[in-house]
Amino acid sequence: MKTYYSPEDLSKFPTIGEGAPELWKKFSEWYGAVFAEGALSEREKALIALAVAHAVQCPYCIDAYTQTCLEKGSNEEQMTEAVHVAAAIRGGASLVHGVQMKNAAKKVSL
Amino acid sequence: MDNLNPFDISLSKSALYPLTATGITIFQVNVGRLCNQLCKHCHVDAGPDRKEVMQKNTMEACLDIIEKTDIPTIDITGGAPEMNPNFRWFIKEFRKRGRHVMVRSNLTILAEPDYKDLPEFFAENKVEVIASFPHYLEQTLDRQRGNGVFKKSIEALKQLNSIGYGKQDSGHVLNLVYNPAGAFLSPSQKALEADYKREMLKRYGIIFNNLYTITNMPIGRFFNYLNSSENYTSYMEKIILSYNPTAASLVMCRYTLSVGWDGSLYDCDFNQMLGMKVNHGAPSHIKAFDIARLCNRQIVTGIHCYGCTAGGGSSCGGAVT
Repeated sequence: MKTYYSPEDLSKFPTIGEGAPELWKKFSEWYGAVFAEGALSEREKALIALAVAHAVQCPYCIDAYTQTCLEKGSNEEQMTEAVHVAAAIRGGASLVHGVQMKNAAKKVSL
Repeated sequence: MDNLNPFDISLSKSALYPLTATGITIFQVNVGRLCNQLCKHCHVDAGPDRKEVMQKNTMEACLDIIEKTDIPTIDITGGAPEMNPNFRWFIKEFRKRGRHVMVRSNLTILAEPDYKDLPEFFAENKVEVIASFPHYLEQTLDRQRGNGVFKKSIEALKQLNSIGYGKQDSGHVLNLVYNPAGAFLSPSQKALEADYKREMLKRYGIIFNNLYTITNMPIGRFFNYLNSSENYTSYMEKIILSYNPTAASLVMCRYTLSVGWDGSLYDCDFNQMLGMKVNHGAPSHIKAFDIARLCNRQIVTGIHCYGCTAGGGSSCGGAVT
């Protein structure tokens, strides 16, 4: 193994089922149902997945959901805004913890 | 099954082998590979330096065939078909014979000095215009078709709109063609058409009738792109895994005959660019045209055919399912 991540590994995802086939079957069915057209469209779900992929920084998911978004008809303006949403939440989440810092500082300060 | 190519094996598994024509309702004529553009996805490898242009005697042979048959629709393509010196004469002759004529235009040719009156010519001759317009965002379209193409295309579309093209019930039909700007499949045609109609009106004040989504075939300049970008293997896996038997049963080659610039006959424009002529006993040149044998010919297939059977399917008229 020369690198931790390889694009070819994405297609090997189902091999995870070899150790626990029943769990994999349940996961696959649930995953498929999650992304099916529902109260949200498939396109909207793909954009959410793209944003989450960036938030969790999963290169497999970024690759897969970039293509899915394009194939569901999202344009690059929409996809870029979705990434900004992820970035804003991550940035905001860090910043809002500054309140914890202020609380901690206050607790030990005169 | 040993001698079958992978696509034929897929057809066989869905009880569609051998794939045969069901008739000829579209007579598609490629009048030459000369073009004013050099698009990255072009399966024809068309461009300003191409010399293959249909001569008038071949066009006359096409007209003779139309005279002797009842094929209703003529689909004229290229290159930029408008650059063939006999283009206007050819269209008028088909119209005299009462046939519906569709022209596949790259739009930018309509902005060139010798072609600016073509929209009026199209309207006078009731030509259905099928225009390449692969995205409603300038950056995405120009990346595929070249810098400045988007703005010229918008001007051409506005000119077509100004004389009634794209307006419901005007009798002047304007259809746009989307193809993916890269190694991925088309979105749902219906959903993307709704996006196009909304965005084209909101951003540019342009209207049109229908949007056709067309899959990029792994041939020609797009094949070169797939290889140089190291996308070939994943793209082929994608279109093979997306094989749809329903789309396979509805592919355009079953009702289309494609004529090359030199009069050779093909099952489709893609086979034409690969040099795969009509075979299996049917005549492969316009000089030997035989409507009975061509109407139920066996289609010549290859691995590129997966492009037309992936997902919702793809044809010169867009998705097939």
